[in-house]
Amino acid sequence: MPKYALFPGCSLESTGMEYEMSTEAVAHALGIEMVEVPGWNCCGASAAHMTDHLLSLALPARALAQAETIPGVTEMVAPCAACHIRFAAVEYEVGKHNDLLGEINSLLEAPYTGKVKIRPFIDIFSNPETLAQIKSKVTRPLTGLKVACYYGCLFVKPPKVAAFFDDPENPMSMDNVISALGAEPVPWPYKTECCGASSSLTQEDVCTKLCNDILKIAKDSGADCIAACCPMCQSNLDMRQVTVEKQYGLQYRMPIPFFTQLIGLAMGLDPKALGFKKLFVDPAKMLQKVGA
Amino acid sequence: MGEIDITQDLEKNRSFVDAVIEETGSDIRQCYQCAKCSGGCPGTFAMDYLPNQIIRMLMLGMVDEVLKSKTIWVCMACNTCTTRCIRDIDVAAVMDDLRKEAIRHGYTEHAKNVIASNNTFLWTVKSWGRVFDAGMLMIYNMKTSNPMNNMQFALPTMLRGKSPIIPIPHAIKGVKEVKKIFEKAKQEGK
Repeated sequence: MPKYALFPGCSLESTGMEYEMSTEAVAHALGIEMVEVPGWNCCGASAAHMTDHLLSLALPARALAQAETIPGVTEMVAPCAACHIRFAAVEYEVGKHNDLLGEINSLLEAPYTGKVKIRPFIDIFSNPETLAQIKSKVTRPLTGLKVACYYGCLFVKPPKVAAFFDDPENPMSMDNVISALGAEPVPWPYKTECCGASSSLTQEDVCTKLCNDILKIAKDSGADCIAACCPMCQSNLDMRQVTVEKQYGLQYRMPIPFFTQLIGLAMGLDPKALGFKKLFVDPAKMLQKVGA
Repeated sequence: MGEIDITQDLEKNRSFVDAVIEETGSDIRQCYQCAKCSGGCPGTFAMDYLPNQIIRMLMLGMVDEVLKSKTIWVCMACNTCTTRCIRDIDVAAVMDDLRKEAIRHGYTEHAKNVIASNNTFLWTVKSWGRVFDAGMLMIYNMKTSNPMNNMQFALPTMLRGKSPIIPIPHAIKGVKEVKKIFEKAKQEGK
């Protein structure tokens, strides 16, 4: 049974709680063991790396050191892309500079050794064995559902740091998962375009324009919904969709489920337990389409 | 932008440019202005200079102009430029470094919101070990004199059980360790 340390990150406790609900439900149904990192702290996200280089590495390093205390775990996953890239940055930077590990550890109580590695969250579902397992467990195929798979920036870019195994311009790993569910991933050019989530507070107009571009192109590509894999992107496109619609005088009503919610849906799990009621844009029409 | 003696600027600011190269591990002098970074940048419509122009201006030693630019604060750190750079320059890391330098030099005209947001965010992390959403938004709104900013989302968020009616922050078990990380990082930075 695969076992991973889970770093939920701050968003999964609030705006992205349906991501955690569906991740837990789907992992349970697939026999994947997820152990929450004990006493995890915020990774510092972009606020830390815009402020202080060493701080931006020491915060995620502490969380990795906490993950190292879980017996029998060699890999950690962070469902939030903004967290993922910070852990990947620690591994990348420590690998590049010899004395950095010592410098980071001089800030930490318990040392970070690097024995637990960060693994891209999508990969624990899209790897060939798990993908085959998912396929065999589909009881409610999402036939006819057109899905725009949205990867956002920080799971895939920059590829040298992100430790991603997929193409940074046209990734396919989530598309493959969505195909396995019986749904139809639509080809579209905005898979890894920035939604501006990091500036949703500080320059809202910029952020609204970027969201509108993504929603418009997804709609024009024929998508019934956009599948998200980052709680920052998801909340930006879902909660702020009403702002976009108002500003641009358009009506999208495009549901933005997490890809884990779609996996659970196809595996016959209860939509309520997967957190579909937590979404801001009503997914009723989309659920109806797949008979859920 | 007034009249500039480029030769003098370059001599005067060579050490700054060298420091950017050192700090980011990216040799910006390798840039041959293909402008792929600007072509892929999602923020150019709100910028005063394009990302490739920022790199070129740095190469010419135009440090003040770069640090006073709006561009470095519009950058959302999506890393598309870094991903696509054919000369292996980490453009996003350069932007990051320039933001820190702009603050150090006191050029914060375009940075008020970003600084308020980052500082508030980090203050909640230092205080409780994790982000405290509601508290962060309230303090950010006060700092930027915009009290109703984003308040339209408060009720819908509560109704979905995503935020409590009375928000109270909860400290994590190792919050003292986290505080120490902040304090030690500040000492190191001095």
